[in-house]
Amino acid sequence: MSEEVVKLKNVWAQYDGTTVLEDINLSINKDDFLGLIGPNGGGKTTLLKLLLGLIAPSRGEVTVLGENPEKGRKHIGYVPQHSLFDRDFPISVMEVVLTGRLSHTKRFRRYSRADRQDAAEALRAVDMLDFQDRQIGLLSGGQQQRVFVARALVGEPKLLLLDEPMSNVDTPMQEDFYELLQRLKQRMPIVLVSHDISAVSVYVEKIACLNRRLFYHGGKELTPEDLEAAYQCPIQMIAHGVPHRVLKEHINE
Amino acid sequence: MIDALLHYQFMQNALVAGLLAAVACGIIGTYVVVKRMVFISGGISHASFGGIGLGYYLSQFISWVTPVYGALVFTLFSALGMGVFVKRTRLSEDTSIGILWAVGMAVGIIFIGLTPGYTPDLFSYLFGSILTVSKADLIMMGILDVIITLTVLLLYKEYLAISFDQEFGMALGLPTERLYLSLLCLIALTVVLLIRVVGIILIIALLTIPAASARQFTHSLKNMMLLSIAFGIVAVLVGLWLSYELDLASGATIILTSGALFLCSFGISRLRSRLSLNNASGGCS
Repeated sequence: MSEEVVKLKNVWAQYDGTTVLEDINLSINKDDFLGLIGPNGGGKTTLLKLLLGLIAPSRGEVTVLGENPEKGRKHIGYVPQHSLFDRDFPISVMEVVLTGRLSHTKRFRRYSRADRQDAAEALRAVDMLDFQDRQIGLLSGGQQQRVFVARALVGEPKLLLLDEPMSNVDTPMQEDFYELLQRLKQRMPIVLVSHDISAVSVYVEKIACLNRRLFYHGGKELTPEDLEAAYQCPIQMIAHGVPHRVLKEHINE
Repeated sequence: MIDALLHYQFMQNALVAGLLAAVACGIIGTYVVVKRMVFISGGISHASFGGIGLGYYLSQFISWVTPVYGALVFTLFSALGMGVFVKRTRLSEDTSIGILWAVGMAVGIIFIGLTPGYTPDLFSYLFGSILTVSKADLIMMGILDVIITLTVLLLYKEYLAISFDQEFGMALGLPTERLYLSLLCLIALTVVLLIRVVGIILIIALLTIPAASARQFTHSLKNMMLLSIAFGIVAVLVGLWLSYELDLASGATIILTSGALFLCSFGISRLRSRLSLNNASGGCS
């Protein structure tokens, strides 16, 4: 049996008085690589916020590594949805990665030598160590995303959360990026959030679909009924050949 | 001017006041520029007029109260109020700032109206009067500088993190709202420090122009602070000298000098990037 990293039990969440998540049950295990898909506004970001302890569920229980999310979140490496940060912001790659140590460092102190070594190590893990003195805005979208992954890794996470990581990565670089995730997967479970089913499905091992309710069968297969229910409209079936199949075979169609 | 500097206490005071102002502007102005807080800083500085009025009004009852003390307390509270208002209400940020900006100034006008007698140095708070800065003013400016510098030294990495990516800071469990409010308080202190130098109306210039100039030359926040302190010092020295020689308003001359400095640094950085582009393409071919 693999160890449970995250557990959501009958979780409901509200945002501005409207229910965004309804009776979510989900457990993420130690060696999972889970793709969380769903339409925009389907509650994906809300679910991430629950895991990070930024909002509280209106009902139900969220546990991260056996603790409540506010305590557990320092074990979560978070790669936020690519925000439109100021490309001119005077900050180097190294400094960006170091901010990932802030959940561990003491207030009112400078970063220690160990912090810097960890940051260098994280940059090496994403093949970006050569760029450590570069200003972040001068990198390409794909390189920036790698730096943000390094920033998440530097806190020695036991779970990696990525919110729409591909939105700013050029298509040719996406493959590289997924290979990086495959590598990181050896070290920790990964949850990848995306609105794009086809992009995710090839790489992840399990897929859950979220739109207010969660459709998840503990594997990579979703039924067309799930997708239709989640997206509330018929979904074009996509198949990537047998090894990458997302949907069940439809013998009668 | 050297002659005047040697002979006149007020010139020496003016110089020291300018240098003290440059330090606070360099450090806090850098945050104002990179974190895009120019408008809220404008709001805080104008709202400080309410404190000036309050100080005037209270000084008739309590002898040791001065308009600047009034400004210190009032500006801190209005900065906090603005921060909470902006974060907690559904009003858009610029609307809430606009409201408090005007309300603060109106409070000042009412209090000044309630104070009996003529208020001769009112204009010095609006437009600055660096030549009338007293020893006591200098001491207060020095203390404010120390508070500002120490706070930034202690919270440098946290401020950098929330300036660059507030959302990630929240996910790390940083107290982002409290950090933001403390930064607004530092802006408030800087505003109070600058009132005597350039006046309420021109404060926003010293909070933005030196930092914006420095930004043209560096990609490090720390260097940007140091460089913008240097630009601030140059602007103060040259501005003071020009205003003395040409008999112009000192605050406005300092601002115009820093404006000219910005144009120069902007031009230089454009020129440099064009040259390096040319070199790069030359190297490739």
